[in-house]
Amino acid sequence: MSNSLIQINQLTVCVEEKEILHGVDLEIKKGETHVLMGPNGAGKSTLGYALMGNPRYEISGGTIYFHGKDVTAESADKRAKEGMFLSFQNPLEVPGLSLGSFIRGALEQRRGCRIKLWDFKKELKQYMEFLQIQESYADRDLNVGFSGGEKKKAEILQLLMMKPDLAILDETDSGLDVDAVRTVSKGVREFQKDKDRSLLIITHNTRILEKLDVDYTHIMVNGRIVKTGDASLVQEINERGFEAYLNQKQ
Amino acid sequence: MEGKTYVDDIDRSIYDMKNEDRDAYRLQEGLTASIVEQISKTKRDPEWMRQFRLQSLEIYNDMKIPDWGPSLDGLSMEQIVTYVRPNTKMQAKWSQVPKEIKDTFERLGIPQAERESLAGVGAQYDSELVYHNVRREVEEQGVIYTDMESALTGTYSDMVKEHFMKLVTPRDHKFAALHGAVWSGGSFVYVPPGVSVEIPLQSYFRLNAPGAGQFEHTLIIVDEGASLHFIEGCSAPKYNVANLHAGCVELFVRKNGRLRYSTIENWSKNMYNLNTKRAVVDAGGTIEWVSGSFGSHVSYLYPMSILKGEGAKAEFTGITFAGKGQNLDTGAKIVHSAPKTSSYMNTRSISKDGGVSTFRSSVVVTKEAKKSKAAVSCQSLMLDSISRSDTIPAMDIRTQDADIGHEAKIGKISDEAIFYLMSRGISEEEAKAMIVSGFADNVSKELPLEYAVEMNNLIRLEMVGSIG
Repeated sequence: MSNSLIQINQLTVCVEEKEILHGVDLEIKKGETHVLMGPNGAGKSTLGYALMGNPRYEISGGTIYFHGKDVTAESADKRAKEGMFLSFQNPLEVPGLSLGSFIRGALEQRRGCRIKLWDFKKELKQYMEFLQIQESYADRDLNVGFSGGEKKKAEILQLLMMKPDLAILDETDSGLDVDAVRTVSKGVREFQKDKDRSLLIITHNTRILEKLDVDYTHIMVNGRIVKTGDASLVQEINERGFEAYLNQKQ
Repeated sequence: MEGKTYVDDIDRSIYDMKNEDRDAYRLQEGLTASIVEQISKTKRDPEWMRQFRLQSLEIYNDMKIPDWGPSLDGLSMEQIVTYVRPNTKMQAKWSQVPKEIKDTFERLGIPQAERESLAGVGAQYDSELVYHNVRREVEEQGVIYTDMESALTGTYSDMVKEHFMKLVTPRDHKFAALHGAVWSGGSFVYVPPGVSVEIPLQSYFRLNAPGAGQFEHTLIIVDEGASLHFIEGCSAPKYNVANLHAGCVELFVRKNGRLRYSTIENWSKNMYNLNTKRAVVDAGGTIEWVSGSFGSHVSYLYPMSILKGEGAKAEFTGITFAGKGQNLDTGAKIVHSAPKTSSYMNTRSISKDGGVSTFRSSVVVTKEAKKSKAAVSCQSLMLDSISRSDTIPAMDIRTQDADIGHEAKIGKISDEAIFYLMSRGISEEEAKAMIVSGFADNVSKELPLEYAVEMNNLIRLEMVGSIG
């Protein structure tokens, strides 16, 4: 158990008083990559938001332990400081706040100290090149006027800069062209290189998973995890879809 | 003895401080002809100014308090001591300024700002200039930068007489008349033809004595082909008595001249800020206003630009921040009265904790102003559901041959955006401050670095209650 990074017990989540998740159990150990699949509306993104602590997603039951500590009632910034990260499906636009100064501010919060501009710029530049993001984007307003692909790359850039212990990727591959998916996937592999880091990849298609090492696959239907398997489950879904699971209504 | 004033909502201690009342003398409260005579005598006004003051007083007594904007009921004119002279004469050397006054300025960062090679400092303490220093290089260019009192009797006295309250006349409104009667202190700047002043000139105004009004007058003339950036910054300590600020700014931009007038106003939260600012621009000239309005209990502030020469330009960039107990009525007016003139108004207003922020824009295009362009863009951000934001645009276009645009957006701070920043480890307060600072970046981008930093600090102070 000492290896456990996040442990979710019987989690129920409500949005505007409607229960979306009806008791989810999930454990991710250090270094593991989990994939969460399921049809639209199954509650996958809800789980991502609830784990990160979005106040709109009210936890009405169950617990979340992160690094062995109960974080169920903690705010998002505290969870982030403890090493959790959520890559947003629709990253928000913040006019007047540049991508570069946002990342630097976030890093300073995470590390609790000032970061030298020179060191920061050097590292940022490296990762921007790696992700094929134009250097000028560091000075542009956060996500303002970014294309869908650029927004997702900017999320992965933040992931690589922040180096969290657990990264939750919410539909990071949706709406991207083949090249962008390849770049994003390259970024995720880079993140995986550190064997202590864990991933929860939320997706409803499988393109992003092609070159990634997956340890577990979970199928979510109607707010419950209905099946857990290994990487081969991805293959199965690829071939047969979710049909077989949709009828398992409890 | 220096005491921090009590502030209920946020820690403004670095701004709200007051010094013991140790003024040389004060005039009795309330305003009469004999008081105005007394002011005039003490200031050794030329005869025309004495008469001007008395005429202004008559107009003041005839005119009504404006009733179309935020309430001025809390303003008791009898309580306002119009003239408070500090215990010091004007000084050119910093070392001779009394320590108490120096401490106040030091906390406001004035000496630092000067060290950072800004041009001249004319800082007004109560109603007199106590510290005034113009950099030699500016003088060498033939630029006149002096206090208004000296300007009245100096080499440029005729020029001052010719322009003083000609653009904003005492008949403009009740508080312009009051200003005409009791004005004291302020700056006069003259930039000769073709001279470019590279470094910004700045002045810092500050109110100190309880119940004291402040009526500084700023007169700037930028002659043909000349250019200047003038920065005005304000801050005041907080008192229980209603305080009034009724300053006046008159700007003349001659043919092909260029003037940028930047202001960060940060009045204490009991202040009635009824300031009048106006510019007239000749052919090919440019006026650029950069304006940040913070603090005060009530503000009426609508800088006006009159584009009277062909091809004249005006740009107004502003931000207003209304917090708890504040009603800030701000905006800008532009009059296009010559062909091919152009104007751009870009403003943001923020309201928080029940604050009320109203933005009024007025664009007038006369029938002479053919081929003119005017664009107005105003955005409001409400930080909670108890705050208010209104936009009142007015346009009076008398020619078909003009290009006019208007865009207004009113929105609330997005919870999802706050969560997005928080998910990166940024606290909720910090996230809000970042979003609000970003929203205000139209103004901070236009300010010199140290002023942009100061403005961001003000926003942080309002948002988080501390300067990080």
